[in-house]
Amino acid sequence: MSNNAVTRRRFMAGTLGTGAAALLARFANKASGQDGGQYNGNGEHRGGAHSDGVSGPMGRVDHARNGFHPTEILTDFNYGDRVVEENGRTIREYDFIAIDQEVEIAPGIFFPAWTFNGRIPGPTIRCTEGDLIRINFINASEHPHTIHFHGIHPASMDGVPIMENMQHMPRDLTGPGMIPSGESFTYEFTAEPFGMHLYHCHAIPLKRHIHKGLYGAFIIDPPEPRPEAHEMVMVMNAFDTNFDNANEVYAVNTIAFAYNNDPIQIKVNELVRIYLVNLVEFDLLNSFHLHANFFDYYDTGTTLEPTLRTVDTIMQVQGQRGILEFRYRFPGMFMFHAHVSEFAELGWMGMFHVVEDATIIGMEGMNHD
Amino acid sequence: MTSMNATSASPSPIWQRWLMALGPLVVLIAIVALFLSSDPLSVFTGEVPPIEELQTQRVVLNSDGITIHLLNNGPDPVTIAQVLVDDAYWHFEITDGDQKINRLERATLEIPYPWVEGEAHEVVILSSTGVTFPVEIAVALETPEATSKQFTAYGLLGIYVGIIPVALGLLWYPFLRTIGSRWMNFVLALTVGMLVFLAVDTILEALEVAVEVPGTFQGGPLVYLVTLLSFLAIVAVGRNSKRPDSRLFLAYMIALGIGFHNLGEGLAVGTAFALGEASLGAFLVVGFTLHNITEGIGIAAPIAKERPKLIHFVLLTLLAGAPAIIGTWLGGFAFDPLLAVIFLSIGAGAILQVVYEVTRLILRSAERENTPALSWMNLGGLTAGIAIMYFTAFLVA
Repeated sequence: MSNNAVTRRRFMAGTLGTGAAALLARFANKASGQDGGQYNGNGEHRGGAHSDGVSGPMGRVDHARNGFHPTEILTDFNYGDRVVEENGRTIREYDFIAIDQEVEIAPGIFFPAWTFNGRIPGPTIRCTEGDLIRINFINASEHPHTIHFHGIHPASMDGVPIMENMQHMPRDLTGPGMIPSGESFTYEFTAEPFGMHLYHCHAIPLKRHIHKGLYGAFIIDPPEPRPEAHEMVMVMNAFDTNFDNANEVYAVNTIAFAYNNDPIQIKVNELVRIYLVNLVEFDLLNSFHLHANFFDYYDTGTTLEPTLRTVDTIMQVQGQRGILEFRYRFPGMFMFHAHVSEFAELGWMGMFHVVEDATIIGMEGMNHD
Repeated sequence: MTSMNATSASPSPIWQRWLMALGPLVVLIAIVALFLSSDPLSVFTGEVPPIEELQTQRVVLNSDGITIHLLNNGPDPVTIAQVLVDDAYWHFEITDGDQKINRLERATLEIPYPWVEGEAHEVVILSSTGVTFPVEIAVALETPEATSKQFTAYGLLGIYVGIIPVALGLLWYPFLRTIGSRWMNFVLALTVGMLVFLAVDTILEALEVAVEVPGTFQGGPLVYLVTLLSFLAIVAVGRNSKRPDSRLFLAYMIALGIGFHNLGEGLAVGTAFALGEASLGAFLVVGFTLHNITEGIGIAAPIAKERPKLIHFVLLTLLAGAPAIIGTWLGGFAFDPLLAVIFLSIGAGAILQVVYEVTRLILRSAERENTPALSWMNLGGLTAGIAIMYFTAFLVA
């Protein structure tokens, strides 16, 4: 897109090429009293006027058309589409279908996404350490895909493409490779170790297969469950809408500013537990900052003791994840967002609406007045 | 067969002539309809995504924020979904036009953004398909509003660029009256040289602005075609006038051509000031004043041997100089590339016409005095004319 102002400016800028012109220009600047500052002599601001409530996108996303709602995704833990007990062991079966689908990621912006089960992030798998997990994967997308789980499992279940140096090996050492369009495969493994994990498509080209939307949270609870809490899952993600290998839209759970428009309701003093994972492509780091509060953080969630205590900001590289635990002491509206301001203003921004309530969850023995 | 022979032998009846005239058009319409209904190109296109293009026509900064005037110059509609300013989603209002901008339609976006004076900003418009259209604001400065005070200030710039130099140049008129015919030819040749420079300069300026004209309007070809047509039209006006060889008439023609050229210079100065290039603008004003002094000599040269009334000098000055005022106003308040290209091209045609006429004057004089038209004297004058313009242009280029 051309811009006449800019072209004109370049045309004019040519004059600055000579030293004499530069001197003259400086003289003229002085004469006209311009010092390049933003405030004039009267202390009056020079520029556009600041006012509240003018940032953010215009309009709302049609969640019904997308087929999923970010508020529902927060607490939509899938313990298995079919659960059976066998010899005292729990077997959890999940149906995963890869579908190409257009998703409205910010109001009016439609992203040609690749999804698991028509949603981004894909289903949040929830199980207990030691369970047998069976994922019946059907590829109904036009492209080949895989599902690669973070966890401990045999090579045959690792969900990676067959690289050049793997081609001569037996398939039980490499897995089936990429699952072509129209075909299916069942990934089966034991859920371990407990923690906050993730899964994503590992087909090549990897960057595109991830940032198109093929990922989700994979939560393995410890054998002794964590204390009861108001739990939610947050997948930090972003979208490159013009395919320039940089993101235009950032979010938690896909929809820019979703929890800004629909703040997440929590109660004063209730224990809140967030399962957080970063799947942002192209950017090196992402972060989570909680307003007016501090939290305990369990990096990767593989320990029962916090790895960081009393922090209000943590950072995650791509694929890094963890568990946050906190309680709000005061009612009101509290922001949470990436403390990369750019991401925050591009959509990764939400609000907790903390309300007073006599009912307190997970608060036994705690003093409150 | 006999009837066919009969018609070809005798003049055709009127309805037959209409049929012959309209027949090919009917066939053309039928073929276009067939082409569009059968869509034989679907093989090539398939399900290709739309080609989205947006062009920024104008960016206005004021205390309310940023206003952007857009034109869809692509083949497909563009739906504006969101606006980013400096990598942040920002509210906006479409005050003129629709969210879905059809081909060659316009829209105006108002963004209440607290821009900072003297700093750079980038606005990115996101379409519904996620295509991004960046709009660069290299240095944020309040866009002058068309208040009477601003209007006067811009008008004054135009006077400095156009009227004052032309009037100063005309002050050489008494001197021109004292010189002999050989030196007079030198001055005429100098005028031709100056005008040749202006013609080249105007065409290049027009081509430069043509880049900003939406593709549909074919800015580049427009420059050459409008130049050619305006040249021929002004020649025709001259030939059909009652006094085709009047030297005063020629002086008016020169003033007209120079007037169009000065319009272009006014545009440059006005745009520079509107962009906040006040320092460069001040520099340009001085440069153009010096640069344009020769223009007055050019206007005075053909009438040196006559004695026109004083009012003619006033009118000649206004005709050649006043368009610079219009130029600064357009450049400052309502720059439109298409309009600028058309004005500049008309100017180029007008200048070429006076080059042609003044050259004829020199040729006739040479014939009368039985000297070669391209004498060393005349070549010297031509070279001097070009050289003066070339070197004074250093001040503004």
